[in-house]
Amino acid sequence: MTAPFYVAPEQMMQDRADYARKGIARGRAMVACTYDQGILLCAENPSRMLRKISEIYDRIAFAGVGKYNEFDQLRIAGVRHADLKGFSFSREDVDARSLANQYAQMLGQVFTHEMKPMEVEILVAEIGHDSAGDQLFHILYDGTLVDETGWCVLGGEADAIGSRMKEQWVEGGTFGEALQAAVGALAGPDRTLVVSEIEVAVLDREGPRRAFRRVEDEDVTSVLGSNDTNIDT
Amino acid sequence: MTLPSFRHSEDPGPDFAALVRRMGLSPVVPDSPVDARLTITHGTTCVAVRYPGGVVMAGDRRATSGNFISHRTIEKVFPADRHSGVAIAGAAGPAIEMVRLFQLQLEHYEKVEGAPLSLEGKANQLSQMVRNHLPAAMQGLAVVPIFAGFDTARSAGRLFQYDVTGGRYEEFDHASTGSGQMHASTVIKMGWRGTLSADETIDLVLRALYEASDEDSATGGPDLLRGIFPVVATITSSGFERLDDEDLEARYLSILGQVATERGGSR
Repeated sequence: MTAPFYVAPEQMMQDRADYARKGIARGRAMVACTYDQGILLCAENPSRMLRKISEIYDRIAFAGVGKYNEFDQLRIAGVRHADLKGFSFSREDVDARSLANQYAQMLGQVFTHEMKPMEVEILVAEIGHDSAGDQLFHILYDGTLVDETGWCVLGGEADAIGSRMKEQWVEGGTFGEALQAAVGALAGPDRTLVVSEIEVAVLDREGPRRAFRRVEDEDVTSVLGSNDTNIDT
Repeated sequence: MTLPSFRHSEDPGPDFAALVRRMGLSPVVPDSPVDARLTITHGTTCVAVRYPGGVVMAGDRRATSGNFISHRTIEKVFPADRHSGVAIAGAAGPAIEMVRLFQLQLEHYEKVEGAPLSLEGKANQLSQMVRNHLPAAMQGLAVVPIFAGFDTARSAGRLFQYDVTGGRYEEFDHASTGSGQMHASTVIKMGWRGTLSADETIDLVLRALYEASDEDSATGGPDLLRGIFPVVATITSSGFERLDDEDLEARYLSILGQVATERGGSR
C-alpha cells in the first residue's frame, strides 16, 4: 500500500488559486461602471454569439470572465434562482445581494471540495431607483465576495485596467463618458479595439420593467466617434 | 433559497414550468370534484379579432361565484410578452396562476437561451400547460385561454384557441372563450370583414362584449357609474398596448347612443 504524499494545506490552496488565476488570465477582461442613468457593462469579446454579459432579472445583470462553459452554467443557475424567487414571492423580492451570496457560497464550495476550482470571476450588478442604490458585487474563483463602488474590473490584467479606469472614470458622468472610459481602460495605451470586439450592455434606470438592454454596434460607434477605440487620453 | 443545480440528465433546460415541477412548487391536484363542495370564482367572456395590422384582444371585468358577482374589476387579458397576449376564461384562481407561469416561461426561455421563442413555440407551450392542467379541469377547475400575438417573422397577427385538453386551433379571423362566447362571437361574425381598421375592430369587439353582457349574467357590461370598462389591447408590430379607460368610455358612450337609436329611442 502506498500512502499519499503529504501536501501542506497552504500549498494546496495556493496551487488551486494559481490554477484558477492562470485560467482567468487567459481570457479577456471586462469593466463595469455606473453612470448618471444606469450601469454600463463592457467586455472585450470577439464573439457575437457567446455572451459574457447577460440579463438575470428586471434590474439585475450578470457578467463573467474566464472559462465560458463554467460562467455560463453559473449564469443559468442565477436566472433560475431569480425566476423561482420571483415566482414564489414577488418580483420586488429578487435582489442582487442574495444572489451574490449564493454565488459566493457555490464558488467557495467548489474551490475547497472539488477536484478543480472554477476558472471564473463574475459580477452581479443591480440598478437602484437612484444612483445611491446601484450595486456591483464582484465574486472571485474562491468565493471571495467584494462589494464594489463606482466601477470594477474582472479578469486578467485587472490592476493595469483598474489604474486606467481610476484616471478616466468620473462619478455621475454620462453614458458616453462612461463608455469611453471603459473602452479606453480595456484597450490601454498601445492597443486599438474595434467595435466588433467589444460587447456592451446597460442596466437603464429609467427604462421599462426589464432594465437590461444590449447596446448595438452603431450606438457604440456613434459614442466612440470612429470605428476604433484609439481614444488618446 | 439556494442556487438550483441539476445533474446533466435531470436538467430542465430553458423550461421554467419543468423547473417549478423539479423544485416541488407545482400546485396539488385535487382528487375529487372541487366545485361540488365549494363555489369557485369564474372569469367569463374574452374575445380576440384579427385585422390587417395585428390583433385586438378584449375581456370583460366580471368574476362570479355561483350566482354572485365576486369581483367587478378582475382582469382576464394579459400581455404574455412584448409581442403577444393571453386571455383566459374558467376558474379564476388557476387561470391567473397559469398566466403568471406562462409569462415567466416565455421570459425565462428568452433569458436562458438568449433569444425569444417563435410565436408558434409560445402557442405550443401554452397548449402543454393547458394539457397538464387537465387533471384539475376534471375536478371542476377548467381553464380555457386564447393566445394571440404579432408574428414578427411573418409580419402578421395570429390567434390560437384552445380546449380543456390542450387542443390548439389556429383561427384566422376571430376567437372567443367563456360563458358569453356564443353571443360575443355571433356579433363579431356578423360585423367582421377582412378589411376592418384597428378602430373599427375595437368598436366591433366592444359591441360584442356589450351584447354578451346583455344576454349572459356572468359577463359584465360597461359600468359607467364606477368607470369600469373591459380590458382591450391591440397587439401590433409595436407590441402589446392596452387602451386607456377614457378612450373606452368615449367609445362606449357612442355605442350606447347607437343602440338607443337602433331601438328608435323607445324605452
